Amino acid sequence: MADFVSGFWNMYVMVLVAVSFVFCIVIIMLNMRVSGKVGELQPHKWDETLQEWNNPLPRWWMYLYWITIFFGIAYLIIYPGFGAFPGIAKWTSVGQWEQEMKRADEQYGPKFAKYRNMDVKAVAADPEAMAMGKRLFQTYCMQCHGADARGAKGFPNLTDNDWLGGDGSPEYIKTTIAQGRIGVMTPFKDILSEEQIRDVAHYVRSLSGLSHDAPRAERGATVFAENCAVCHGPDAKGNPLLGAPNLTDDIWLWGSSEAQIIAIVTNGIQNRMPAFGEFLGEDKVHILTAYVWGLSNKQ
Amino acid sequence: MQTEATYNYKVVRQFAIMAVVWGIVGMLVGVLIAAQLVWPQLNFPQLGEWFHFGRLRPLHTNAVIFAFGGSALFATSYYVVQRTCHTRLFAPGLAAFTFWGWQLVIVLAALSLPLGFTTGKEYAELEWPIDILITLVWVAYAVVFFGTIAQRKVSHIYVANWFYGAFIIAVALLHVVNSMAMPVFEAGILTPKSYSAYAGAQDAMVQWWYGHNAVGFFLTAGFLGMMYYFVPKQAGRPVYSYRLSVVHFWALIFTYMWAGPHHLHYTALPDWTQSLGMIFSLILLAPSWGGMINGIMTLSGAWHKLRDDPILKFLIVSLSFYGMSTFEGPMMSVKTVNALSHYTDWTVGHVHSGALGWVAMVSIGSLYYLVPRLYGKVEMYSRDLVTAHFWIATIGIVLYIASMWISGVMQGLMWRATNVDGTLTYAFVESVKASYPFWTIRVLGGLLFLVGMLLMAYNVFKTVAGAKPVDAPVLAPAHA
Repeated sequence: MADFVSGFWNMYVMVLVAVSFVFCIVIIMLNMRVSGKVGELQPHKWDETLQEWNNPLPRWWMYLYWITIFFGIAYLIIYPGFGAFPGIAKWTSVGQWEQEMKRADEQYGPKFAKYRNMDVKAVAADPEAMAMGKRLFQTYCMQCHGADARGAKGFPNLTDNDWLGGDGSPEYIKTTIAQGRIGVMTPFKDILSEEQIRDVAHYVRSLSGLSHDAPRAERGATVFAENCAVCHGPDAKGNPLLGAPNLTDDIWLWGSSEAQIIAIVTNGIQNRMPAFGEFLGEDKVHILTAYVWGLSNKQ
Repeated sequence: MQTEATYNYKVVRQFAIMAVVWGIVGMLVGVLIAAQLVWPQLNFPQLGEWFHFGRLRPLHTNAVIFAFGGSALFATSYYVVQRTCHTRLFAPGLAAFTFWGWQLVIVLAALSLPLGFTTGKEYAELEWPIDILITLVWVAYAVVFFGTIAQRKVSHIYVANWFYGAFIIAVALLHVVNSMAMPVFEAGILTPKSYSAYAGAQDAMVQWWYGHNAVGFFLTAGFLGMMYYFVPKQAGRPVYSYRLSVVHFWALIFTYMWAGPHHLHYTALPDWTQSLGMIFSLILLAPSWGGMINGIMTLSGAWHKLRDDPILKFLIVSLSFYGMSTFEGPMMSVKTVNALSHYTDWTVGHVHSGALGWVAMVSIGSLYYLVPRLYGKVEMYSRDLVTAHFWIATIGIVLYIASMWISGVMQGLMWRATNVDGTLTYAFVESVKASYPFWTIRVLGGLLFLVGMLLMAYNVFKTVAGAKPVDAPVLAPAHA
């Protein structure tokens, strides 16, 4: 068994377990009978009054102890526990998990597979599929994107038809769910001075029509053109291929305040959507795609 | 002159008083974090991170277990070992060091935990410099205790001392092994931060070997020692069965060492370890109940005393809770039950039926016996206040445990509920929302328990204020 790096440890565990059972049995065997007279006091006395009766072990208690010992031995015969001996039932936790997964796939699989060959948009129009999509979303997606799919700081809103890395088409959504996405913003703390970063923050705010300091924004425009335009584009409308967001639409994943923007530019970001393809399987991803697509394409 | 020799009660008095103080502090933090779960604004985020639940929760557990429970154990063990060995405490200088050293540990814990210094190991959160101090104090404790035993004037060692002795030895072993860690050097300078010497599943295994034996030896064996002295003393009856003491002592201390893996069912721990953790937890049922039977049956022939002796009420109810938790524990270690109970409030309720019902109640009862005798008095300032404390505390525990049972089972059932297509019926947050009423009841239960402790503090204050500390003369052993 892979749990033991050598036969020594297998023996070590077996001996320890056996000794423990022997100990439990010997300690009760030695004390099942009372020596001396029952109902009399033991011949010792401490601290003026402390004494002990010479009473036998309560019978029911003794039986309870024996039952648990026998249960333990029987359990070790059936299940793993006695060193590398696998038990006669050959049970393993991995085996149990695999069996349960198989049963669940057999039971629930067809419910999801039904929509496999339907177009995403058609699935999105099917009320039964959408009820399942919603439940899948509430199980796997809501932890980050929220129960209403409106996201949170750092987690995109999925209802506004604004997409960081593509066009929001069913294909784009499916790829994102199945393969995940990585979003990287370079940290500029070693490249730009604090003043430059503050300037560029004001410039970026100006692009969405937010309050800003005009001279700063003007200086920031230059900084932007030299440093940021590479990814976000000269017009700051972003680049889906890089996952670089549009900075002109007043949609802010990490907040729009001066301090929040400065923090992002200074320290950068490593953002990540996990890949669910392998975990959920194609059929569930298909239904989830339709659900998410439907959120911003109300029919 | 032999007749003028007195027991060393000074260190007993110090620890007894501090047990009451730390009890109030620890339970106050407990009530606060219980309230934080209901009213999150009590995390005081605007003041910084220091009062967040995550910072205060380990402070609560450390304060009630090691500060309150620990002080009660030091106080009673020093008292019991002297009186049942008929000799003065060995090495009084070291005994004084254990008091001041232990208080320093507690103060350092109270500072370092809210500041965020933690190893992340439950019930062993304190960082390495404090761990070293704990080790020093503990070795001194062992020297004092076993030195006293070695000097005893009676040939037989009284059963209470077996349990105290096992507790001291086992905690030393557990603490040293689990706290093995590598301190972090930052730019060549030693920092208080450290990383565990063990990795992965082994780290988890060592941690819960420690964690469950902290329950088994710190919170069980030690307090059984307390029980074996104060129950027969207060009842004025002999211990029910010497045989039972022998069997349940050896079986208990031997079997507890195996039980840790039941904290890690259905994890990366190998299957065989989980099985062993489960079966030895079940085998623990009878040895645990041995202590309860021996304590409660000691009262046989004197049941009427329960009617009007509030100290006996504390002691006997504590044994009832002990019996209940030690039945519940083995049941929860059964894997199929654990699949429902694990990670829910049921665990929290189980811990508190042991911690409040057993540990705190037996300590409180013993302290009510102890405090007047340390100040030359016959009993506490107000017996009525002791009775009031008993009822308030009992109602508090029942509210606490019952609410956690209900919310725990509810959470377990909500988490496993599935729809017709196999998806989860409830999002996690829905189970949180459904738990609020029970968390509110828990706050009330905890608050009642705290109120009881405040009554105790007042009662203790009135008992000792103006009273002269009295050290009783060492008694010659009886020749029975």
